[in-house]
Amino acid sequence: MREKDREQGLNRRRVLECMTWAGTGVLWSMSGGVPHSLGLVDAASAQAARDLTFLQISDSHVGFDKPANPNALGTLEEAVGKIKAMPIKPAFVIHTGDISHLSKVSEFDDADRIISQTRLDVHFVPGEHDFLDEEQKLYRERYGRGTKGAGWYSFDAEGVHFIGLVNVVDLRAGGLGNLGSEQLAWLETDVKDRSGSTPIVVFAHIPLWTVYPEWGWGTEDGGRAIELLKRFGSVTVLNGHIHQVMQKVEGNVTFHTARSTAFPQPAPGSASSPGPLKVADDKLRSLLGIANISFQQGKERLAIIDTPLQG
Amino acid sequence: MRAAITAGALGALVGAMLAGGILLASAQNQAGNVAIDNFTFNPQILTVKAGTTVTWTNKDDIPHAIAAVGKLFKSKVLDTDNTYSFTFATPGAYAYFCSLHPHMTGTVVVEAATGEAGH
Repeated sequence: MREKDREQGLNRRRVLECMTWAGTGVLWSMSGGVPHSLGLVDAASAQAARDLTFLQISDSHVGFDKPANPNALGTLEEAVGKIKAMPIKPAFVIHTGDISHLSKVSEFDDADRIISQTRLDVHFVPGEHDFLDEEQKLYRERYGRGTKGAGWYSFDAEGVHFIGLVNVVDLRAGGLGNLGSEQLAWLETDVKDRSGSTPIVVFAHIPLWTVYPEWGWGTEDGGRAIELLKRFGSVTVLNGHIHQVMQKVEGNVTFHTARSTAFPQPAPGSASSPGPLKVADDKLRSLLGIANISFQQGKERLAIIDTPLQG
Repeated sequence: MRAAITAGALGALVGAMLAGGILLASAQNQAGNVAIDNFTFNPQILTVKAGTTVTWTNKDDIPHAIAAVGKLFKSKVLDTDNTYSFTFATPGAYAYFCSLHPHMTGTVVVEAATGEAGH
């Protein structure tokens, strides 16, 4: 844990310290509105069945075949194997984008074939790699039904309000991720009449907070979205894009990024560019993973467990 | 020193040709290259003569795409080793960026072709 987190001494931070950052997915558990950590997967298994548990997978990059991982489809398959083997069946899966590497039909087909083996509902938001076909229609045709604009939407599950946002379109030269005024206006309307005690989970591809602007890791108007959600007692923001686990807690808002199932990226500023990180073959699976999240009834925090494919 | 003399001699020759009213179609077959490497455009500012065809080559393990800020040109996605070319006919400064990674920016500065210079 970082020093500054330790200094805070807040209960939530201490709970977050207990999280394992080993891997494949994040297990989120929510109760009473604030995210909290379940600890290890075994601890998660001990959760009562009535808690809402869901999974986050991200950055499958199906089609990627470069040295950092010549078989990204294979590691996605391993991640799905982990999900199928979970002792408690999650309610659904959230995929935070970059399903494909180059938005090819064959890549989306392969991704769908593997991900559907979870036999779970999957709620997608797009990454920038999912809008690379010239007409930018393949993602929308497959995953965008019933969504607004470039693919944003919301839904409710077990009293938790989930909001999927798109911050990978209409990007500006020199800028970061972008939500845009139309989407922000929709968000304002979407949450306007909801009680402040409603737990909120927001998910989008690029981190909504500024992780590292030198590499474009942030969302220009992400702060405006957070502003609209500040009055809620529990806000959990789930992102991908940076292919590593990172988190920040700000008041009632917990930000968390999940690992990729395809390839790792370097820690901010630790390399000359954010390009795929080539590691020793026997280390790769310790840097890929999924996240398991659950809301526990009667408790206040949402639990996130990142599980690696291996290690 | 030798290069300087050569350049000077060339300059004198060009000057003489211009003075003689000879039109030069010198820019037509010129080429400029920009490598995309480590999420940067190299060179970040490329200066060429009007009529030059500029080719971008993606050397990264991640796809990139070229988009002009003024929307004059836009490439398809460039996977590793893919290239995109655009011919710049008109002098000016053309700012562009990677539409996937917009923090990546570059500029092509197009100068008047030699035959048009100084008139």
